Amino acid sequence: MNARWLNLVGLGLVGAVGIAFLVLVPRVFELDVVLELTVYMIMAILALSLALIWGYGGILCFGQSAFFGLGAYTYAIAMFNVGESTLPLLLAVIVPAAFAALLGYFMFYGRISDVYLGVITLTVTLILFNSVNSTAGPEFHIGSARLGGFNGIPGIPPLNFPGNKAAPIDLEGMFYLATAALLATYFGLRLLLASRFGRIIVGIRENERRAELLGYDPRAYKLATFTIGGALAGFAGCLFANWGNFVSPTIFGLAQSAQIIIWVIVGGRGTLIGPIVGCIGIQWLTTALGANQPSGGSDLWAKIFANAPLIFGIILIAFVLLVPKGLVPTLGDIGQSLLASRGKGAKRLQPKRAEES
Amino acid sequence: MAAPLLQTQDLSMHFGGVRAVRHVNFSLAEGELRCLIGPNGAGKSTFFKMLTGQLEPTHGQVLFRGKDISHAHAHDIARLGIGIKTQVPSVFDGLSVRENIWLAANRLHSGDEARRVVDEMLQRVGLANGAERLVGQLAHGQRQWVELGLVLATDPELILLDEPAAGMTHEEVNKTAELVREINRTKALIVVEHDMQFIRMIAKQVTVFNQGSVLVEDTVENIMRNPKVRDIYLGKQAAA
Repeated sequence: MNARWLNLVGLGLVGAVGIAFLVLVPRVFELDVVLELTVYMIMAILALSLALIWGYGGILCFGQSAFFGLGAYTYAIAMFNVGESTLPLLLAVIVPAAFAALLGYFMFYGRISDVYLGVITLTVTLILFNSVNSTAGPEFHIGSARLGGFNGIPGIPPLNFPGNKAAPIDLEGMFYLATAALLATYFGLRLLLASRFGRIIVGIRENERRAELLGYDPRAYKLATFTIGGALAGFAGCLFANWGNFVSPTIFGLAQSAQIIIWVIVGGRGTLIGPIVGCIGIQWLTTALGANQPSGGSDLWAKIFANAPLIFGIILIAFVLLVPKGLVPTLGDIGQSLLASRGKGAKRLQPKRAEES
Repeated sequence: MAAPLLQTQDLSMHFGGVRAVRHVNFSLAEGELRCLIGPNGAGKSTFFKMLTGQLEPTHGQVLFRGKDISHAHAHDIARLGIGIKTQVPSVFDGLSVRENIWLAANRLHSGDEARRVVDEMLQRVGLANGAERLVGQLAHGQRQWVELGLVLATDPELILLDEPAAGMTHEEVNKTAELVREINRTKALIVVEHDMQFIRMIAKQVTVFNQGSVLVEDTVENIMRNPKVRDIYLGKQAAA
Protein backbone atom coordinates (compact mmCIF):
# COMPACT_ATOMS: atom_id res chain seq x y z
CA MET A 1 0.00 0.00 0.00
CA ASN A 2 1.23 3.43 -0.93
CA ALA A 3 0.60 5.12 2.42
CA ARG A 4 2.27 2.30 4.30
CA TRP A 5 5.26 2.40 1.97
CA LEU A 6 5.68 6.17 2.45
CA ASN A 7 5.39 5.62 6.16
CA LEU A 8 8.25 3.09 6.12
CA VAL A 9 10.42 5.37 3.98
CA GLY A 10 9.82 8.17 6.49
CA LEU A 11 10.78 5.95 9.39
CA GLY A 12 13.91 4.75 7.60
CA LEU A 13 14.88 8.32 6.80
CA VAL A 14 14.53 9.45 10.40
CA GLY A 15 16.55 6.45 11.55
CA ALA A 16 19.32 7.03 9.00
CA VAL A 17 19.58 10.76 9.73
CA GLY A 18 19.53 10.06 13.46
CA ILE A 19 22.28 7.47 13.33
CA ALA A 20 24.43 9.57 10.99
CA PHE A 21 23.99 12.49 13.39
CA LEU A 22 24.89 10.29 16.35
CA VAL A 23 28.06 8.98 14.72
CA LEU A 24 29.28 12.07 12.88
CA VAL A 25 28.70 15.01 15.21
CA PRO A 26 31.40 14.21 17.79
CA ARG A 27 33.88 13.48 14.98
CA VAL A 28 33.19 16.64 13.01
CA PHE A 29 32.48 19.32 15.59
CA GLU A 30 34.36 20.80 18.52
CA LEU A 31 33.28 19.92 22.04
CA ASP A 32 31.37 23.19 22.61
CA VAL A 33 29.10 22.45 19.63
CA VAL A 34 28.62 18.86 20.81
CA LEU A 35 27.65 20.19 24.23
CA GLU A 36 25.12 22.57 22.70
CA LEU A 37 23.65 19.83 20.53
CA THR A 38 23.34 17.58 23.58
CA VAL A 39 20.92 19.98 25.25
CA TYR A 40 18.91 20.20 22.01
CA MET A 41 18.53 16.43 22.07
CA ILE A 42 17.40 16.50 25.69
CA MET A 43 14.88 19.26 25.05
CA ALA A 44 13.61 17.36 22.01
CA ILE A 45 12.70 14.45 24.31
CA LEU A 46 10.76 16.95 26.42
CA ALA A 47 9.07 18.22 23.25
CA LEU A 48 8.09 14.64 22.38
CA SER A 49 6.48 14.18 25.79
CA LEU A 50 4.10 17.06 25.05
CA ALA A 51 3.69 15.91 21.44
CA LEU A 52 2.23 12.70 22.84
CA ILE A 53 0.01 14.27 25.49
CA TRP A 54 -1.27 17.21 23.48
CA GLY A 55 -0.73 16.30 19.85
CA TYR A 56 -2.11 12.77 20.09
CA GLY A 57 -3.90 12.65 23.44
CA GLY A 58 -5.59 16.02 22.96
CA ILE A 59 -4.72 17.02 26.53
CA LEU A 60 -3.49 20.63 26.67
CA CYS A 61 -0.92 20.46 29.41
CA PHE A 62 0.48 23.88 30.15
CA GLY A 63 2.73 22.56 32.89
CA GLN A 64 4.87 19.96 31.18
CA SER A 65 7.84 21.65 32.87
CA ALA A 66 6.51 20.43 36.23
CA PHE A 67 7.43 16.86 35.31
CA PHE A 68 10.66 17.95 33.65
CA GLY A 69 11.70 19.84 36.78
CA LEU A 70 10.61 17.05 39.10
CA GLY A 71 12.76 14.64 37.11
CA ALA A 72 15.76 16.95 37.38
CA TYR A 73 15.30 17.62 41.10
CA THR A 74 14.59 13.96 41.88
CA TYR A 75 17.78 12.92 40.14
CA ALA A 76 19.84 15.58 41.90
CA ILE A 77 18.47 14.83 45.36
CA ALA A 78 18.72 11.07 44.95
CA MET A 79 22.24 11.36 43.55
CA PHE A 80 23.56 13.24 46.59
CA ASN A 81 22.01 10.61 48.83
CA VAL A 82 22.81 7.44 46.89
CA GLY A 83 26.00 8.25 44.99
CA GLU A 84 25.43 5.64 42.28
CA SER A 85 23.22 6.76 39.40
CA THR A 86 21.09 3.70 38.58
CA LEU A 87 18.50 4.24 41.29
CA PRO A 88 18.40 8.06 40.89
CA LEU A 89 17.78 7.63 37.16
CA LEU A 90 14.90 5.26 37.81
CA LEU A 91 13.46 7.55 40.48
CA ALA A 92 13.72 10.52 38.10
CA VAL A 93 11.29 8.67 35.84
CA ILE A 94 9.08 7.09 38.50
CA VAL A 95 8.49 10.17 40.69
CA PRO A 96 7.26 12.46 37.88
CA ALA A 97 5.19 9.60 36.44
CA ALA A 98 3.56 8.99 39.82
CA PHE A 99 2.95 12.70 40.23
CA ALA A 100 1.38 12.86 36.75
CA ALA A 101 -0.77 9.85 37.58
CA LEU A 102 -2.03 11.45 40.80
CA LEU A 103 -2.69 14.83 39.20
CA GLY A 104 -4.23 13.19 36.16
CA TYR A 105 -6.48 11.02 38.30
CA PHE A 106 -8.11 14.06 39.88
CA MET A 107 -8.32 15.95 36.59
CA PHE A 108 -9.67 13.21 34.36
CA TYR A 109 -11.85 11.36 36.82
CA GLY A 110 -13.09 14.72 38.11
CA ARG A 111 -14.18 15.48 34.53
CA ILE A 112 -12.31 18.77 34.42
CA SER A 113 -12.88 20.47 31.07
CA ASP A 114 -10.05 21.13 28.63
CA VAL A 115 -9.55 24.79 29.40
CA TYR A 116 -9.32 24.19 33.14
CA LEU A 117 -6.86 21.39 32.49
CA GLY A 118 -4.51 24.00 31.04
CA VAL A 119 -5.10 26.32 33.98
CA ILE A 120 -4.54 23.60 36.57
CA THR A 121 -1.36 22.22 35.02
CA LEU A 122 0.08 25.73 34.67
CA THR A 123 -0.81 26.52 38.27
CA VAL A 124 0.81 23.31 39.48
CA THR A 125 4.12 24.10 37.85
CA LEU A 126 4.04 27.67 39.20
CA ILE A 127 3.31 26.35 42.69
CA LEU A 128 6.32 24.07 42.36
CA PHE A 129 8.37 27.04 41.19
CA ASN A 130 7.39 29.14 44.19
CA SER A 131 7.76 26.30 46.68
CA VAL A 132 11.21 25.25 45.54
CA ASN A 133 12.23 28.87 45.14
CA SER A 134 11.66 29.50 48.85
CA THR A 135 13.79 26.65 50.16
CA ALA A 136 17.09 28.53 50.29
CA GLY A 137 17.85 28.01 53.97
CA PRO A 138 20.00 25.15 55.28
CA GLU A 139 16.95 23.73 57.07
CA PHE A 140 15.54 22.67 53.70
CA HIS A 141 17.24 19.45 52.80
CA ILE A 142 16.29 15.92 51.85
CA GLY A 143 18.83 13.55 53.34
CA SER A 144 22.22 15.04 52.51
CA ALA A 145 20.91 17.08 49.55
CA ARG A 146 20.25 20.76 50.21
CA LEU A 147 17.45 22.15 48.06
CA GLY A 148 19.14 25.51 47.72
CA GLY A 149 16.03 27.56 46.95
CA PHE A 150 16.50 30.14 44.23
CA ASN A 151 20.21 29.30 44.10
CA GLY A 152 19.43 25.85 42.81
CA ILE A 153 21.50 22.71 43.31
CA PRO A 154 25.01 22.96 41.83
CA GLY A 155 27.57 20.23 41.28
CA ILE A 156 25.19 17.38 40.61
CA PRO A 157 27.25 14.23 40.05
CA PRO A 158 26.94 12.86 36.51
CA LEU A 159 25.42 9.55 35.50
CA ASN A 160 27.76 6.59 35.67
CA PHE A 161 27.76 3.28 33.84
CA PRO A 162 25.18 1.12 35.62
CA GLY A 163 26.56 -0.26 38.86
CA ASN A 164 30.00 1.29 38.48
CA LYS A 165 30.36 4.49 40.48
CA ALA A 166 33.93 4.99 39.35
CA ALA A 167 32.99 5.24 35.66
CA PRO A 168 31.06 8.48 35.09
CA ILE A 169 29.79 9.33 31.64
CA ASP A 170 31.86 12.13 30.05
CA LEU A 171 30.56 15.01 27.93
CA GLU A 172 30.83 13.13 24.68
CA GLY A 173 29.19 10.14 26.33
CA MET A 174 26.31 12.40 27.32
CA PHE A 175 25.85 13.38 23.69
CA TYR A 176 25.65 9.73 22.64
CA LEU A 177 23.30 8.95 25.47
CA ALA A 178 20.98 11.91 24.80
CA THR A 179 20.87 11.30 21.05
CA ALA A 180 20.30 7.58 21.44
CA ALA A 181 17.60 8.31 24.03
CA LEU A 182 15.89 10.72 21.65
CA LEU A 183 15.93 8.16 18.86
CA ALA A 184 14.64 5.46 21.21
CA THR A 185 11.88 7.80 22.42
CA TYR A 186 10.89 8.66 18.87
CA PHE A 187 10.70 5.08 17.68
CA GLY A 188 9.11 3.94 20.92
CA LEU A 189 6.35 6.51 20.53
CA ARG A 190 5.86 5.52 16.90
CA LEU A 191 5.33 1.94 18.05
CA LEU A 192 3.00 3.07 20.81
CA LEU A 193 0.92 5.16 18.42
CA ALA A 194 0.64 2.32 15.92
CA SER A 195 -0.58 -0.01 18.67
CA ARG A 196 -4.16 -0.54 19.78
CA PHE A 197 -3.63 1.88 22.64
CA GLY A 198 -2.26 4.59 20.37
CA ARG A 199 -5.09 4.31 17.88
CA ILE A 200 -7.65 4.48 20.66
CA ILE A 201 -6.16 7.63 22.23
CA VAL A 202 -6.25 9.31 18.83
CA GLY A 203 -9.89 8.26 18.52
CA ILE A 204 -10.60 9.80 21.91
CA ARG A 205 -8.88 13.00 20.80
CA GLU A 206 -11.05 13.08 17.68
CA ASN A 207 -14.35 12.42 19.44
CA GLU A 208 -14.38 11.59 23.13
CA ARG A 209 -18.15 11.07 23.35
CA ARG A 210 -18.16 8.64 20.42
CA ALA A 211 -15.28 6.67 21.90
CA GLU A 212 -17.24 6.43 25.13
CA LEU A 213 -20.38 5.25 23.32
CA LEU A 214 -18.30 2.53 21.69
CA GLY A 215 -17.30 1.28 25.13
CA TYR A 216 -13.92 2.89 25.80
CA ASP A 217 -13.36 4.69 29.10
CA PRO A 218 -11.67 7.95 28.02
CA ARG A 219 -10.61 8.75 31.58
CA ALA A 220 -8.42 5.67 31.83
CA TYR A 221 -6.83 6.20 28.41
CA LYS A 222 -6.13 9.86 29.10
CA LEU A 223 -4.66 9.06 32.47
CA ALA A 224 -2.33 6.48 30.94
CA THR A 225 -1.26 8.92 28.21
CA PHE A 226 -0.66 11.69 30.72
CA THR A 227 1.40 9.38 32.93
CA ILE A 228 3.59 8.22 30.04
CA GLY A 229 4.13 11.87 29.08
CA GLY A 230 5.06 12.68 32.68
CA ALA A 231 7.58 9.83 32.76
CA LEU A 232 9.20 10.97 29.51
CA ALA A 233 9.45 14.58 30.68
CA GLY A 234 10.98 13.37 33.94
CA PHE A 235 13.55 11.33 32.04
CA ALA A 236 14.45 14.42 29.98
CA GLY A 237 14.75 16.36 33.24
CA CYS A 238 17.21 13.80 34.58
CA LEU A 239 19.38 14.14 31.48
CA PHE A 240 19.14 17.93 31.75
CA ALA A 241 20.35 17.90 35.36
CA ASN A 242 23.27 15.82 34.13
CA TRP A 243 24.06 18.04 31.23
CA GLY A 244 24.67 21.20 33.23
CA ASN A 245 25.36 19.48 36.59
CA PHE A 246 22.95 22.07 37.87
CA VAL A 247 19.24 22.58 38.44
CA SER A 248 17.37 25.65 39.63
CA PRO A 249 13.69 26.55 40.16
CA THR A 250 13.49 28.43 36.83
CA ILE A 251 13.05 24.95 35.36
CA PHE A 252 9.47 25.11 36.71
CA GLY A 253 8.92 28.69 35.51
CA LEU A 254 6.47 30.18 33.08
CA ALA A 255 9.10 30.76 30.40
CA GLN A 256 10.09 27.10 30.35
CA SER A 257 6.45 25.92 30.26
CA ALA A 258 5.53 28.28 27.46
CA GLN A 259 8.56 27.28 25.44
CA ILE A 260 7.54 23.62 25.29
CA ILE A 261 4.13 24.61 23.94
CA ILE A 262 5.75 26.87 21.35
CA TRP A 263 7.97 24.01 20.14
CA VAL A 264 4.94 21.84 19.54
CA ILE A 265 2.87 24.60 17.89
CA VAL A 266 5.72 25.62 15.58
CA GLY A 267 6.66 22.06 14.66
CA GLY A 268 3.12 20.81 14.30
CA ARG A 269 0.65 19.05 16.55
CA GLY A 270 -0.29 15.50 15.67
CA THR A 271 3.20 14.69 14.45
CA LEU A 272 6.30 13.51 16.28
CA ILE A 273 8.98 14.80 13.98
CA GLY A 274 7.44 18.30 14.02
CA PRO A 275 7.97 19.05 17.72
CA ILE A 276 11.56 17.75 17.44
CA VAL A 277 12.20 20.13 14.54
CA GLY A 278 10.39 22.97 16.33
CA CYS A 279 12.37 22.40 19.50
CA ILE A 280 15.75 22.24 17.84
CA GLY A 281 14.97 25.24 15.63
CA ILE A 282 13.83 27.42 18.51
CA GLN A 283 16.69 26.29 20.74
CA TRP A 284 19.15 27.13 17.99
CA LEU A 285 17.51 30.52 17.58
CA THR A 286 17.73 31.15 21.33
CA THR A 287 21.44 30.46 21.27
CA ALA A 288 21.95 32.59 18.17
CA LEU A 289 20.02 35.50 19.67
CA GLY A 290 21.82 35.14 22.99
CA ALA A 291 25.17 35.37 21.21
CA ASN A 292 24.02 38.57 19.58
CA GLN A 293 24.02 40.74 22.71
CA PRO A 294 23.93 44.48 22.11
CA SER A 295 27.43 45.87 22.45
CA GLY A 296 26.39 48.99 24.32
CA GLY A 297 25.34 51.82 22.07
CA SER A 298 21.74 52.51 21.20
CA ASP A 299 21.26 50.33 18.16
CA LEU A 300 17.54 49.62 18.42
CA TRP A 301 17.60 46.59 16.12
CA ALA A 302 20.39 44.94 18.03
CA LYS A 303 18.39 45.41 21.21
CA ILE A 304 15.26 43.95 19.67
CA PHE A 305 17.08 40.92 18.31
CA ALA A 306 18.69 40.30 21.66
CA ASN A 307 15.27 40.15 23.29
CA ALA A 308 14.53 36.45 22.87
CA PRO A 309 11.07 36.43 24.52
CA LEU A 310 9.94 39.20 22.17
CA ILE A 311 11.15 37.25 19.15
CA PHE A 312 9.42 34.08 20.40
CA GLY A 313 6.22 36.00 20.91
CA ILE A 314 6.36 37.19 17.33
CA ILE A 315 7.15 33.69 16.08
CA LEU A 316 4.28 32.22 18.07
CA ILE A 317 1.76 34.78 16.79
CA ALA A 318 3.01 34.37 13.24
CA PHE A 319 2.62 30.59 13.41
CA VAL A 320 -0.80 30.63 15.04
CA LEU A 321 -2.09 33.08 12.42
CA LEU A 322 -0.24 31.97 9.29
CA VAL A 323 0.81 28.36 9.79
CA PRO A 324 -1.74 27.09 12.32
CA LYS A 325 -1.02 23.43 11.60
CA GLY A 326 2.70 23.90 12.26
CA LEU A 327 5.74 23.43 10.04
CA VAL A 328 5.79 19.72 9.33
CA PRO A 329 2.07 19.16 8.53
CA THR A 330 2.05 22.30 6.35
CA LEU A 331 5.11 21.13 4.42
CA GLY A 332 3.39 17.76 4.04
CA ASP A 333 0.27 19.44 2.62
CA ILE A 334 2.35 21.47 0.17
CA GLY A 335 4.18 18.34 -0.93
CA GLN A 336 0.92 16.49 -1.43
CA SER A 337 -0.67 19.23 -3.48
CA LEU A 338 2.48 19.44 -5.63
CA LEU A 339 2.34 15.69 -6.21
CA ALA A 340 -1.37 15.87 -6.96
CA SER A 341 -0.97 18.68 -9.48
CA ARG A 342 1.81 16.76 -11.20
CA GLY A 343 -0.41 13.71 -11.45
CA LYS A 344 -3.07 16.05 -12.95
CA GLY A 345 -5.23 15.35 -9.93
CA ALA A 346 -5.96 11.88 -11.28
CA LYS A 347 -4.66 10.26 -8.15
CA ARG A 348 -6.68 10.70 -5.00
CA LEU A 349 -4.81 12.28 -2.10
CA GLN A 350 -3.67 9.83 0.49
CA PRO A 351 -5.47 10.67 3.71
CA LYS A 352 -3.44 11.07 6.84
CA ARG A 353 -3.16 8.08 9.07
CA ALA A 354 -3.55 8.45 12.79
CA GLU A 355 0.11 7.68 13.30
CA GLU A 356 1.58 9.65 10.45
CA SER A 357 5.04 10.96 11.13
CA MET B 1 -44.37 -13.45 28.26
CA ALA B 2 -40.58 -13.21 28.42
CA ALA B 3 -38.94 -10.50 30.50
CA PRO B 4 -38.44 -7.30 28.51
CA LEU B 5 -35.01 -6.46 27.09
CA LEU B 6 -35.31 -2.84 28.13
CA GLN B 7 -37.63 -1.27 30.63
CA THR B 8 -37.91 2.19 32.16
CA GLN B 9 -39.81 2.88 35.34
CA ASP B 10 -41.04 6.36 36.15
CA LEU B 11 -38.06 7.76 34.25
CA SER B 12 -37.74 11.54 34.54
CA MET B 13 -35.21 14.18 33.62
CA HIS B 14 -35.39 17.78 34.79
CA PHE B 15 -33.11 20.56 33.62
CA GLY B 16 -33.62 23.24 36.22
CA GLY B 17 -37.32 23.98 35.96
CA VAL B 18 -37.72 22.30 32.60
CA ARG B 19 -39.15 18.82 32.85
CA ALA B 20 -37.82 17.30 29.64
CA VAL B 21 -38.92 13.74 30.37
CA ARG B 22 -41.68 12.93 32.85
CA HIS B 23 -42.56 9.59 34.41
CA VAL B 24 -41.91 7.46 31.34
CA ASN B 25 -42.75 3.78 31.67
CA PHE B 26 -41.48 2.11 28.56
CA SER B 27 -40.88 -1.49 27.70
CA LEU B 28 -39.21 -3.19 24.77
CA ALA B 29 -39.22 -6.95 24.12
CA GLU B 30 -36.22 -8.94 22.90
CA GLY B 31 -35.82 -8.53 19.16
CA GLU B 32 -38.48 -5.85 18.89
CA LEU B 33 -38.36 -2.90 16.51
CA ARG B 34 -40.05 0.16 17.94
CA CYS B 35 -40.46 3.60 16.46
CA LEU B 36 -40.52 6.71 18.60
CA ILE B 37 -42.22 9.77 17.22
CA GLY B 38 -43.17 13.14 18.61
CA PRO B 39 -42.70 16.82 17.89
CA ASN B 40 -39.39 18.59 18.48
CA GLY B 41 -38.73 19.00 22.17
CA ALA B 42 -40.90 16.04 23.11
CA GLY B 43 -37.97 14.51 24.98
CA LYS B 44 -36.98 11.75 22.57
CA SER B 45 -33.28 12.62 22.41
CA THR B 46 -33.14 13.19 26.17
CA PHE B 47 -34.74 9.77 26.60
CA PHE B 48 -32.02 8.24 24.39
CA LYS B 49 -29.33 10.03 26.36
CA MET B 50 -30.58 8.52 29.58
CA LEU B 51 -30.68 5.04 28.06
CA THR B 52 -27.02 5.34 27.01
CA GLY B 53 -25.64 6.92 30.16
CA GLN B 54 -24.98 10.33 28.64
CA LEU B 55 -27.42 11.85 31.12
CA GLU B 56 -28.20 10.68 34.61
CA PRO B 57 -31.96 10.58 35.23
CA THR B 58 -33.37 12.92 37.87
CA HIS B 59 -35.41 9.99 39.10
CA GLY B 60 -36.69 6.67 37.92
CA GLN B 61 -34.86 3.66 36.57
CA VAL B 62 -33.58 2.16 33.37
CA LEU B 63 -33.42 -1.63 33.41
CA PHE B 64 -31.53 -3.50 30.71
CA ARG B 65 -32.11 -7.25 30.99
CA GLY B 66 -33.32 -6.57 34.51
CA LYS B 67 -30.08 -4.79 35.51
CA ASP B 68 -30.39 -1.21 36.73
CA ILE B 69 -28.21 0.96 34.47
CA SER B 70 -29.65 4.37 35.41
CA HIS B 71 -26.40 5.50 36.99
CA ALA B 72 -23.90 3.49 34.95
CA HIS B 73 -21.17 5.16 32.85
CA ALA B 74 -21.74 5.49 29.11
CA HIS B 75 -18.80 3.19 28.32
CA ASP B 76 -20.11 0.48 30.65
CA ILE B 77 -23.55 0.64 29.08
CA ALA B 78 -21.96 0.34 25.64
CA ARG B 79 -20.16 -2.78 26.83
CA LEU B 80 -23.41 -4.24 28.14
CA GLY B 81 -24.75 -4.04 24.59
CA ILE B 82 -26.57 -0.79 23.85
CA GLY B 83 -25.34 1.11 20.81
CA ILE B 84 -26.52 4.49 19.59
CA LYS B 85 -26.45 6.40 16.33
CA THR B 86 -26.91 10.02 17.32
CA GLN B 87 -28.93 12.65 15.53
CA VAL B 88 -25.93 14.63 14.29
CA PRO B 89 -23.47 11.95 13.14
CA SER B 90 -20.93 11.49 15.88
CA VAL B 91 -17.89 10.02 14.14
CA PHE B 92 -14.11 10.43 14.15
CA ASP B 93 -13.83 13.19 11.53
CA GLY B 94 -10.05 13.35 11.37
CA LEU B 95 -9.63 9.64 10.66
CA SER B 96 -10.29 7.47 7.62
CA VAL B 97 -13.48 5.47 7.21
CA ARG B 98 -11.53 2.28 7.78
CA GLU B 99 -9.90 3.60 10.96
CA ASN B 100 -13.34 4.68 12.23
CA ILE B 101 -14.81 1.22 11.81
CA TRP B 102 -11.66 -0.36 13.22
CA LEU B 103 -12.01 1.65 16.43
CA ALA B 104 -15.42 0.07 16.91
CA ALA B 105 -14.46 -3.45 15.83
CA ASN B 106 -11.34 -3.37 17.98
CA ARG B 107 -13.37 -3.52 21.16
CA LEU B 108 -14.43 -7.08 20.47
CA HIS B 109 -11.83 -8.34 18.01
CA SER B 110 -8.11 -8.03 17.59
CA GLY B 111 -5.51 -8.47 14.85
CA ASP B 112 -6.63 -10.19 11.64
CA GLU B 113 -10.07 -10.90 13.03
CA ALA B 114 -10.63 -7.17 13.56
CA ARG B 115 -9.46 -6.45 10.01
CA ARG B 116 -11.86 -9.07 8.66
CA VAL B 117 -14.79 -7.57 10.60
CA VAL B 118 -13.88 -4.10 9.32
CA ASP B 119 -13.85 -5.27 5.69
CA GLU B 120 -17.16 -7.03 6.16
CA MET B 121 -18.74 -3.96 7.73
CA LEU B 122 -17.41 -1.66 5.00
CA GLN B 123 -19.19 -3.90 2.47
CA ARG B 124 -22.37 -3.99 4.49
CA VAL B 125 -22.76 -0.21 4.77
CA GLY B 126 -21.54 0.31 1.21
CA LEU B 127 -18.34 2.18 1.96
CA ALA B 128 -15.78 -0.33 0.73
CA ASN B 129 -14.82 2.05 -2.08
CA GLY B 130 -13.22 5.06 -0.51
CA ALA B 131 -12.50 3.38 2.80
CA GLU B 132 -9.26 5.37 3.02
CA ARG B 133 -10.99 8.73 2.76
CA LEU B 134 -11.26 11.05 5.74
CA VAL B 135 -14.71 10.88 7.28
CA GLY B 136 -14.72 14.66 7.71
CA GLN B 137 -14.67 15.02 3.92
CA LEU B 138 -17.71 12.81 3.31
CA ALA B 139 -21.24 13.99 2.57
CA HIS B 140 -23.79 13.97 5.38
CA GLY B 141 -25.52 10.83 4.18
CA GLN B 142 -22.26 8.91 4.00
CA ARG B 143 -21.30 10.05 7.48
CA GLN B 144 -24.58 8.56 8.68
CA TRP B 145 -23.54 5.25 7.12
CA VAL B 146 -20.15 5.44 8.79
CA GLU B 147 -21.80 5.94 12.15
CA LEU B 148 -24.16 3.06 11.55
CA GLY B 149 -21.13 0.95 10.66
CA LEU B 150 -19.46 1.97 13.91
CA VAL B 151 -22.49 0.96 15.94
CA LEU B 152 -22.95 -2.36 14.15
CA ALA B 153 -19.27 -3.24 14.50
CA THR B 154 -19.59 -3.22 18.30
CA ASP B 155 -22.30 -5.87 17.91
CA PRO B 156 -24.86 -4.48 20.40
CA GLU B 157 -28.04 -6.25 21.52
CA LEU B 158 -30.07 -3.09 21.31
CA ILE B 159 -29.50 -0.32 18.79
CA LEU B 160 -30.90 3.18 19.18
CA LEU B 161 -31.19 5.17 15.97
CA ASP B 162 -31.85 8.88 16.30
CA GLU B 163 -33.28 10.10 12.99
CA PRO B 164 -31.36 7.71 10.72
CA ALA B 165 -33.07 8.98 7.57
CA ALA B 166 -32.63 12.70 8.21
CA GLY B 167 -30.90 14.54 5.39
CA MET B 168 -30.84 11.46 3.16
CA THR B 169 -31.95 11.25 -0.44
CA HIS B 170 -35.04 9.21 -1.31
CA GLU B 171 -32.85 6.39 -2.53
CA GLU B 172 -30.74 6.44 0.63
CA VAL B 173 -33.90 6.39 2.77
CA ASN B 174 -35.03 3.20 1.04
CA LYS B 175 -31.62 1.66 1.52
CA THR B 176 -31.66 2.64 5.19
CA ALA B 177 -35.11 1.10 5.71
CA GLU B 178 -33.88 -2.10 4.12
CA LEU B 179 -30.82 -2.16 6.36
CA VAL B 180 -32.90 -1.47 9.48
CA ARG B 181 -35.16 -4.41 8.67
CA GLU B 182 -32.13 -6.59 8.09
CA ILE B 183 -30.58 -5.55 11.42
CA ASN B 184 -33.87 -6.30 13.13
CA ARG B 185 -33.58 -9.96 12.18
CA THR B 186 -30.99 -10.36 14.92
CA LYS B 187 -31.26 -7.27 17.11
CA ALA B 188 -33.73 -5.05 18.91
CA LEU B 189 -34.03 -1.45 17.76
CA ILE B 190 -35.60 1.81 18.85
CA VAL B 191 -35.83 4.31 16.02
CA VAL B 192 -36.63 8.00 16.41
CA GLU B 193 -37.90 9.38 13.13
CA HIS B 194 -40.12 12.12 11.74
CA ASP B 195 -40.52 10.65 8.28
CA MET B 196 -43.80 8.69 8.38
CA GLN B 197 -43.03 7.04 5.04
CA PHE B 198 -39.90 5.63 6.56
CA ILE B 199 -41.71 4.52 9.70
CA ARG B 200 -44.33 2.70 7.62
CA MET B 201 -41.54 0.88 5.83
CA ILE B 202 -40.00 -0.46 9.01
CA ALA B 203 -42.28 -0.47 12.05
CA LYS B 204 -45.21 -2.25 13.51
CA GLN B 205 -45.42 -0.69 16.95
CA VAL B 206 -45.05 3.06 17.52
CA THR B 207 -44.66 5.06 20.73
CA VAL B 208 -45.65 8.73 20.60
CA PHE B 209 -43.88 11.20 22.89
CA ASN B 210 -45.38 14.57 23.70
CA GLN B 211 -44.11 17.12 26.21
CA GLY B 212 -41.87 14.62 27.90
CA SER B 213 -44.39 11.83 28.41
CA VAL B 214 -45.75 8.92 26.45
CA LEU B 215 -48.95 10.07 24.76
CA VAL B 216 -49.95 6.79 23.21
CA GLU B 217 -48.51 3.46 22.09
CA ASP B 218 -50.10 1.57 19.24
CA THR B 219 -49.63 0.02 15.79
CA VAL B 220 -48.56 2.24 12.89
CA GLU B 221 -52.01 2.11 11.30
CA ASN B 222 -53.83 3.12 14.47
CA ILE B 223 -51.34 5.87 15.21
CA MET B 224 -51.86 7.33 11.77
CA ARG B 225 -55.59 7.39 12.42
CA ASN B 226 -55.39 8.67 16.01
CA PRO B 227 -56.83 12.22 16.07
CA LYS B 228 -54.78 13.22 19.12
CA VAL B 229 -51.57 12.28 17.34
CA ARG B 230 -52.66 14.09 14.20
CA ASP B 231 -53.27 17.19 16.28
CA ILE B 232 -49.95 17.37 18.02
CA TYR B 233 -47.75 16.00 15.33
CA LEU B 234 -49.02 14.76 12.04
CA GLY B 235 -51.34 17.71 11.59
CA LYS B 236 -48.32 19.83 10.89
CA GLN B 237 -47.24 17.53 8.10
CA ALA B 238 -50.73 17.17 6.67
CA ALA B 239 -51.03 20.91 6.55
CA ALA B 240 -47.63 21.33 4.97
